[in-house]
Amino acid sequence: MEEKPYPVRKMTAKLVSISDKTNHAPQSDVMVAADADAQMDVPPKPGAFGETEGGQPNVVSCRIDDILPALQQECSNGGRLEMLYVRPKSGSAFELCYLVNHAESGRFVMIVSEAMDVAPSMARHFPLLGWYEREIQDLFGIKFADHPEPYPLVRHDHKDGRKPLSHDPDVQRFPFGPIRADVVESAEFAFYYAGEAILHYHPHLFFKHRGMERRFEGLTPQTGVIFAERVSGIGSFAHALAFAQACEVASGCVVPQRAKMLRSLLGELERIYNHLAYLGHLADTTTLKVGQAEGKLLAERAKQINGKLTGSRFLRSVIAPGGLRRDLELKAWFELDLDRLRGQAEWYTNFLLASNSFRDRLLTTGPLDQRTAYDQGATGPIARASGIDRDLRRDHSYAAYDTLTVPVPVRQKGDADARFRVRIEELFASFDMVKALFRRLEKGPVLSSYTQEAYAEGLGWAESPRGSLFYAVHFGPEGRLQHVKIKSPSFSNWRVFPFTVQDSNMMDYAINEASFGLSIAGCDR
Amino acid sequence: MPFWTISGLFRGNASTKWGVRDGDDGQEGVLGMPRFNPAHCLTDCTVCAESCPTEAITMAPNGEAGIAIDYGKCVACQLCVEACPTDALTTSHDWAFGVRHREDLHWVSEPTPDHATHKTPSGFFRSLHVRHVDAGSCNGCESELQALNNPFYNLHRLGVFFTASPRFADVLLVTGPVTHAMRGPLLAAYEAMPEPRWVMAIGTCAVAGGTAGGGEFCANGLEGILPVDLYLPGCPPNPAAIIEAFMLLLARKQQRVKGGQYAG
Repeated sequence: MEEKPYPVRKMTAKLVSISDKTNHAPQSDVMVAADADAQMDVPPKPGAFGETEGGQPNVVSCRIDDILPALQQECSNGGRLEMLYVRPKSGSAFELCYLVNHAESGRFVMIVSEAMDVAPSMARHFPLLGWYEREIQDLFGIKFADHPEPYPLVRHDHKDGRKPLSHDPDVQRFPFGPIRADVVESAEFAFYYAGEAILHYHPHLFFKHRGMERRFEGLTPQTGVIFAERVSGIGSFAHALAFAQACEVASGCVVPQRAKMLRSLLGELERIYNHLAYLGHLADTTTLKVGQAEGKLLAERAKQINGKLTGSRFLRSVIAPGGLRRDLELKAWFELDLDRLRGQAEWYTNFLLASNSFRDRLLTTGPLDQRTAYDQGATGPIARASGIDRDLRRDHSYAAYDTLTVPVPVRQKGDADARFRVRIEELFASFDMVKALFRRLEKGPVLSSYTQEAYAEGLGWAESPRGSLFYAVHFGPEGRLQHVKIKSPSFSNWRVFPFTVQDSNMMDYAINEASFGLSIAGCDR
Repeated sequence: MPFWTISGLFRGNASTKWGVRDGDDGQEGVLGMPRFNPAHCLTDCTVCAESCPTEAITMAPNGEAGIAIDYGKCVACQLCVEACPTDALTTSHDWAFGVRHREDLHWVSEPTPDHATHKTPSGFFRSLHVRHVDAGSCNGCESELQALNNPFYNLHRLGVFFTASPRFADVLLVTGPVTHAMRGPLLAAYEAMPEPRWVMAIGTCAVAGGTAGGGEFCANGLEGILPVDLYLPGCPPNPAAIIEAFMLLLARKQQRVKGGQYAG
């Protein structure tokens, strides 16, 4: 019998299930544990991850055998796993850290367990952990026992032992990449198809793995920001923000209000240029060339506003731990340019919505059902288009989002059209928020004094244009960075994406991929 | 859907004239590489070299006073400008840092007049076909390369086209520090190109590794991997800088940087 290729739909969680109710999936009353006999007898030991203030996670330590019941308990209480990372300890010992997000009550729980050599795989129960475990296997040499997809994910230096899916002459195999047509990021995609129908698809990513997390080791937090900005260029600001917030928590530094407001404002500017570029690219894949040109032109205008305001088209070199590196002068031109851009964007999106040939290609394309989205870890606009009402800006408020109304558009259908509509609504919500912040901006300092103590730790997060982004930061001696974990939104969404490609057709592939709006550098790191 | 066409006609041409004649380059306010003024530099001061995340600024080799700057490694993060206690390092809008020779990115006090004899081989003065290879960039460079085809820059008006197949390409445009996984595909793309062929290293990563170079997974840019005909550091270089680099390769524009300094 041939080995099962990844991803296999049947492998989805038996554990978590969610209701169709809109607000805050999942509802705890519909959770069914597959292993009902697993007893929840974990003694929760509250600890601190840095300071417990500012929404930092409660740390629960448990024995290695108790990880599963502990996770099940958290998830049956409405929690959702966000990420898993590992901290190497002395010798072959290491520490597994599972981050659980309780969106409804606005808190995080970190389940921490120490282990040696081998860890138990949780991927059968929580499929979204599959990639995290494989990445850890590749990068740290830690074995996860009984992993359902025991193949390398990140490393390319050896064959992964998978055999071709099919030798049927009617089934064609099409390896596409890593260098692909047009100016795109490098990744290889394997299609098995018959005629137009895609029978199987899997992406072969991590050609671009640069080991960015290791690059932080030994840096000062001030230099670390420069590296965080260069993990994913089109998410520069969100990365810098999440990293800086993690450092600030670790040092107990309080950021001045003006800096907080400017951070939120710049975060929304990043969303604006990303979403406009997304719309242009989506129009390109449906061969609506005028729509493409217009979308890209508006994205360019947004980037020019960024450049004029901050000196960087990608909003780089603005953030420092403790606030902002320098104050920004928001003059009248800014509001004027932004209003003009908004007017053009309204006109543009109305045209897109009225273009039947364009909408026809999106409707029912690449549907992602709510359960798959939830189980496989979808985040950001992708999750919200599949009925999962989550947004870190609202659920775990940071920067100045607590002073704002953050509209969270949610759609139920989960097709390319829903993803497109969610992004349009987010785009205009961002314009509104920038305007509100601009009007209310308080005078004052933008940088508070920041000193980093040794051996502190902190978790920072931001809702980037592509979804939830986390930085777990651990300091070593002399207040220098010792261990950094980056959970990027595209890492989560690339895991989900293949589920919408299986059983679809070749003609829709490019549209479907564009509708996800994925970044490969963010995923590969 | 006639509304697209009608409104497009009504709104007119969005392209800049810049690149052919005077016009808006679209980079108002965009910061470039910091400028160095040795007259203000303190002799025993090391703060800029300590603040530099990519070792673009190092203390001058033993015996000499002052600092050595390699703009090929600079990511324009401006940390050195903030650290500098005097005005020896200042912000600038010098972003058009495309050069033909790597040495021109090293700062020297008195730049020697050009290696001006360099000429593009005949037949390639007007048009270029470019194959882009992402060898591990952060996607900042890709975002700016994609921007080249937006109506504002409208790269086609200058006769430069991105092509899918390396067989049709004159230029291999590389971004990223060259990860080990991308090295093979990159060399294969180069081998597939017909001669004559040129290589452009776009972005600080491709020139010298940047923040990502070295380590377990990456090389330090194209050095020692492919012969490079044009270096353009910047993190990322903005679309106007990339257009200038194309024009420089085609000998349609003069090189602006000599000895690490902007000739203006």
